[in-house]
Amino acid sequence: MTALLQPAILFGLTGAALVGIGLFAVVTQPGLLRRIVGCNILGAGIFLVFGAVARRGAGAGFEADPVPQALVITGIVVAFSASALAIALLKRLSEITIGEGADAGGPEGGA
Amino acid sequence: MMALLDLSLAALLLLLALGVVAERQERGAIIAFLAFGLMLGLAWLRLAAPDVALTEIAIGGGVTGILLLRAEAALRGRGKTEEPLRRTGRLAVAVACAMISAGLGYAVLRFATPAPTLAPAAAEALPATELGNPVTAVLLAYRALDTLLEKVVVLLALIGVWSLAPDGLWGGAPVVKPAAVPAPLAWLARVLPPFGVVIGIYMFWVGADAPGGTFQAGTVLAAMWLLVTMAGLYPAPDTGARLPRLLLAGGPVLFLGIAFLGFVFAEGFLAYPEGLAKPLIVAIEAALTLSVAAALALLVAGPARKAPAR
Amino acid sequence: MTPLVHATTPGGFLLVLAVILPVCAVLAILACGPRHAARIAVVALAAGAAVAIAIAAELVTSGAALTYVVGGWRPPLGIALRADGLSGAMLAMTALVVTAVGLFARVQYGLAGDNGGGRAQITFWVMLLALWSALNAVFVGEDLFNLYVALELLTFAAVPLVCLDGRAETVKAALRYLLFALVGSLLYLLGVGLIYGQYGTLDLSALSRLARSDPALLAALALMIIGLLAKAALFPLHLWLPPAHAGAPAAASAVLSALVIKAPVFLILRLVLDVAPPQAAAIVGQLLAVLGAASILFCSVMALRQARLKLMIAYSTVAQIGYLFIVFPLAGGDGTAPWETIAWTGGALQLISHALAKAAMFLAAGVIAEAFGHDRIADLGGFGRVLPLSAAAFGLAGLSLMGIPPSGGFVAKCLLLTAAVIEGYPWLAATILIGGLLAGAYVFRVIDKALAVPVVPIAPRRAVPRRLELAALALAVAAVLIGFVPLRPFGFLQIGRGGLAMAGLP
Repeated sequence: MTALLQPAILFGLTGAALVGIGLFAVVTQPGLLRRIVGCNILGAGIFLVFGAVARRGAGAGFEADPVPQALVITGIVVAFSASALAIALLKRLSEITIGEGADAGGPEGGA
Repeated sequence: MMALLDLSLAALLLLLALGVVAERQERGAIIAFLAFGLMLGLAWLRLAAPDVALTEIAIGGGVTGILLLRAEAALRGRGKTEEPLRRTGRLAVAVACAMISAGLGYAVLRFATPAPTLAPAAAEALPATELGNPVTAVLLAYRALDTLLEKVVVLLALIGVWSLAPDGLWGGAPVVKPAAVPAPLAWLARVLPPFGVVIGIYMFWVGADAPGGTFQAGTVLAAMWLLVTMAGLYPAPDTGARLPRLLLAGGPVLFLGIAFLGFVFAEGFLAYPEGLAKPLIVAIEAALTLSVAAALALLVAGPARKAPAR
Repeated sequence: MTPLVHATTPGGFLLVLAVILPVCAVLAILACGPRHAARIAVVALAAGAAVAIAIAAELVTSGAALTYVVGGWRPPLGIALRADGLSGAMLAMTALVVTAVGLFARVQYGLAGDNGGGRAQITFWVMLLALWSALNAVFVGEDLFNLYVALELLTFAAVPLVCLDGRAETVKAALRYLLFALVGSLLYLLGVGLIYGQYGTLDLSALSRLARSDPALLAALALMIIGLLAKAALFPLHLWLPPAHAGAPAAASAVLSALVIKAPVFLILRLVLDVAPPQAAAIVGQLLAVLGAASILFCSVMALRQARLKLMIAYSTVAQIGYLFIVFPLAGGDGTAPWETIAWTGGALQLISHALAKAAMFLAAGVIAEAFGHDRIADLGGFGRVLPLSAAAFGLAGLSLMGIPPSGGFVAKCLLLTAAVIEGYPWLAATILIGGLLAGAYVFRVIDKALAVPVVPIAPRRAVPRRLELAALALAVAAVLIGFVPLRPFGFLQIGRGGLAMAGLP
């Protein structure tokens, strides 16, 4: 039981649970903004698994393995960029579908 | 005592995540997510990863929060939705997700012991980089190629966001200021920025040897800029204007330039000449901090909403 | 077989150039401003093509894989890049398609007559170049996390291409594509985390030696492969693809369909062949083959039922991707290394010939839509008289999809069919044959229209210059020519793969 309470294991398991919650949100939420938030929860869970790996890998005077930490930092920035792009697409979609009707008869070929 | 704290932190994280899924109001869900981001930062501190904690609080919580709140305000009542799943469908998905979590948890418990780690290798190579912070060494020396490509990813996301402007507004300025500026925001926008800029510069400066670095510093600077523009003290620039373009490209260009010089003066691409590693890395970080700040701020600002001034 | 420790080989720096040169052009466009975009892009296309040729030449002359250790930091701490014969073939194919599509776009944007600073045009050039970087990074990547960054770069370059024209339906398709791709990347990343937690390395060569059948590795591989399948659009995860690929402008559709989905397929290939323990690989291979066969049959029928040309071509992409997954059980069942089997060669040829043929088809469809203002197949009767070169390009590319000689697709499908018979998979053999017939049916629907003599001759909405049609024709001819050099690639594909690398070269 005490082993379960080490931060590495505890937060690793938390991460595993967050992955499930995030995936559930991405697949089932009808609102697209909610799906994007779900993606972020999924990402957070994955990063926590990396965090558990890093903490377990403490050694050589470091309290945690620096390599997974650096990977998570890169991952967080990429995840933010993805959210920003997704939200921009979502906003644009809502703008043009509101103005629809005026320009609904666009070219069909799309070339 | 610490174990109890960890346990409640983990429980809080799960409750907040479930709250995000269950909350009926979109705004409530997003606020729960912001609290979640903050708690996540604490979890990272408990995992002995202060660099990640700073990044998570600044980007995962802070800037993502501004992004989501702005989106929610803009989409209120007309957010796009997909077909909702039927109850049986949701149940099946819930079971599948629970199984994935369980399997993942099992894998976490069964990780190889002793834990494989690159910490000794990173420590051994650290003197060659002359840095004190091993995470910075991974980001800007050992795995600098990832960091370089990731900067391009951020720029691409930004150009992708810009490309969503209507044709006539391409190259124009985004609108960051909300219709009505709340008084506290205006007050903060006058008070906070000097401190924010100092904190940002400090974070960048200590990053070489202590927790902190380009992302964290860049995010703080971006947040200060957003605060000032949201309060309407200063308009957002045209996305096609020269200054933002040069600021954005500057960091990666300097990074690439030094990387290519490695072919001539060091072991090869992205290698630093002996004795010059630290000054070069600090120079790259300085330029990258500005680029990251500009990119993150403009990502939040969104595509052009006003025709270009030209 | 794989080197114990990566060491930079002569010519290894070319791999860095392949990944970095297009990125340099992206930054140059950003820094110099939109007016110079097309010019910078053309210079970058030429330089990138030269690098791809140099890599292929270096592979042939040295007969061994190229390796570059980035920054001198050896894996597992650092990152290595490596190109074997298959990577070299992918790099060369990518260079060919990107260059042809770039020339097509240059002519097309020249016709539009804007001053060169337009939104769609600048976005296209930036995304095309970034996409090229990302693809090259995937094909030469040796580090699992570096590959994750490359995959994300690919996603961020591909998504804006889908909605270049800004119509609501394409923005919707782009958003759906982005969500699929993001969840796919995240599942892949989760697998990467598990692998690092278990083995402490991200280097593929190291993993191919270390990997054991333990739960963490199997879970990781399952997550990564599922994530990559979502990006590769294999049935039943293909729903995002048809609207996304059919809605994009022709030049964008061509690279999306020909190249972008090949990157996840390539990575699945590497994971199954290089990392998965043999037993797990066999099971995964069977499952992938079932999905592949389902893709071929279901999406060929869907292609047949489409009223719009571009949607038909997009469904055909999902069907043709299926062929790449039926390779797994056919290669390496009896102890021979997978890359020495005819199925492997057939799969690699299919990968390359489909890319060339599909790019040609989308470009030809783009010319047709440009000329007539629509792409409804039923209303295209007699288009062959107006656009003979495009009709020819479509027909030649169709040969490859159907698997009719002489064409690259014929050799590929013939090899796969032979392998299926020899290895005792009659249901796969039947699938290949039925898939060929269905492809014949949907290609013939269009050819029939091209050759038809309608009562009222079809009139183009606007004249299309011949040079716009040339890129499609060149790619289609290349797809056919691949069929004439089947033995040479056979040896080339083994470079850097096994000890007998050059022994089999004719």
